[in-house]
Amino acid sequence: MINYFKEIAVGFYSLLAGMAVTIRYFVKPIVTVQYPRQQLTMSPRYRGYPQFIIDPETNTHRCIACEMCARICPSQLIQVEGTKFPGEKQKRATKYLHEHYYCSLCGLCTEVCPTEALEYSKEYRLAGFHREDFVIDHLALLQKRQQAAALPVTPIPTEAEIAAAAAAEAAAKEAREKEAAAKAKAAKTAEATKEGKSKEAPEEAKSKETPPEEVKE
Amino acid sequence: MELLAQFLGSAGARMLVGLIAVIALVSVNALFLIWMERKVAAHMQLRPGPMEVGPHGAIQTVADALKLMGKELITPDEVDKPIFWLAPIVVFLPVLLSFLVVPFSQSWIIRDMNVGIILILAFSTLAVLAILMAGWASNNKYAVFGAIRSVAQNIAYEIPLLITVMSIILMVGSFKLSDIVAAQSQYWYVLLQPLAFIIYITCATAETNRAPFDLPEAESELVAGFHTEYSGMRFALFFLAEYTNMFIVSAIATVLFLGGWHGPFLPGVIWFLLKVYALIFLMMWFRWTFPRVRFDQLITFAWKILIPLAFANLLITALVLKLR
Repeated sequence: MINYFKEIAVGFYSLLAGMAVTIRYFVKPIVTVQYPRQQLTMSPRYRGYPQFIIDPETNTHRCIACEMCARICPSQLIQVEGTKFPGEKQKRATKYLHEHYYCSLCGLCTEVCPTEALEYSKEYRLAGFHREDFVIDHLALLQKRQQAAALPVTPIPTEAEIAAAAAAEAAAKEAREKEAAAKAKAAKTAEATKEGKSKEAPEEAKSKETPPEEVKE
Repeated sequence: MELLAQFLGSAGARMLVGLIAVIALVSVNALFLIWMERKVAAHMQLRPGPMEVGPHGAIQTVADALKLMGKELITPDEVDKPIFWLAPIVVFLPVLLSFLVVPFSQSWIIRDMNVGIILILAFSTLAVLAILMAGWASNNKYAVFGAIRSVAQNIAYEIPLLITVMSIILMVGSFKLSDIVAAQSQYWYVLLQPLAFIIYITCATAETNRAPFDLPEAESELVAGFHTEYSGMRFALFFLAEYTNMFIVSAIATVLFLGGWHGPFLPGVIWFLLKVYALIFLMMWFRWTFPRVRFDQLITFAWKILIPLAFANLLITALVLKLR
């Protein structure tokens, strides 16, 4: 008899306990994200496709087209081209393609980059109709993001500009090479003359101690 | 209104207006309750529920009802056709009739009969007949299983329900619903009869075939139970009857235990509806908390726990009333 009432009391209490759980959940805020209208904020460690970091000082990317990323990529899906533009110290990327459909998000490209130009994006909504939709053009993507952030847009160099820059660079290089060659030649001749002179007149060189005027040039 | 009264007599006019109001209430109530149930279910599972049609999905059920009306009324070949067609009507009419005596406020009552509570209980029993008709006529094993379970369950739970109602009627000394409400102007009977209230709510949940006592339509084992073969508006009538039944049993509980239209500040009708919907919320809360009981547990619970408790309650009530 006592057991009978005890069972009823315990059962009733357990029912109330269950109802307490559901009412607590009833008043909790809902966790659904209304997908097309709202988006999730991904965690800082989330690995989307790699993208250029926008440098807060220059408001553009830091890629120097060293091709370290292209070389370390295990799937060999990065294409980088770069040119040195006149008046700039370093090379700059003119083309950066990332075939994301092969990417395993191993992260070696972001780690190897000497200028820390790459980061993971927080983009998780990837869908497309063709494989080609996932060839990510980093420079175009950078422009889009700059526009979204109301920053000055970094122009993508055109073929002509690249050619001109390359030509200028080549000319400069040629000039430099010429200069270097001339220098080398001059140095050689100087050496030769020095040597010749020393051969011819070792006593004279020793006594004078000043280099001949040709070497100065 | 006066013209109508001249034409039909005041009682006739009252009936006509009441009928129209009741049909409007039944349909709006069902639309609202389905939306409310989906919202309550969703929020208990940390979801928002229907959000697209109307503000917070408020007219989602209207869209669903329109879709349901456009559906084909399928009558399978082997069914017992007259009974199959009759069942949805038989399930719906008694619920409609029960509104005849529900006192929404002191004046908002269609006919204040002196057998009010008996009328409601008698008509709500007819729903069992309709479910049996639907299940049997469907010529489908799942439908018959659902119907048989429904009958066993409803008969088992009718007994403690009637006994608890009896203990209230003993206290009031009248079957008239307005008398029962008027007797609670000082304090609600839920304070004097908490056990009766708990037993009544449990039995009411079972009577309306709602979870955790929804064995007649246990979808994980019986497809949809007694209405497996029904489609379109016929199915909608079963659905409508279920939600209207919820309203009716909650209205009776309000009248018997929660003091009907009594309450401060607000008009009586609003108090009445507030209490009814609070009880309906309680039933929805049950549904999303408790798992479905097994059939033997269901019957054991009714016969071994509810009926003895209800009898004990009735006995104690009678003793106290006699000795006072």
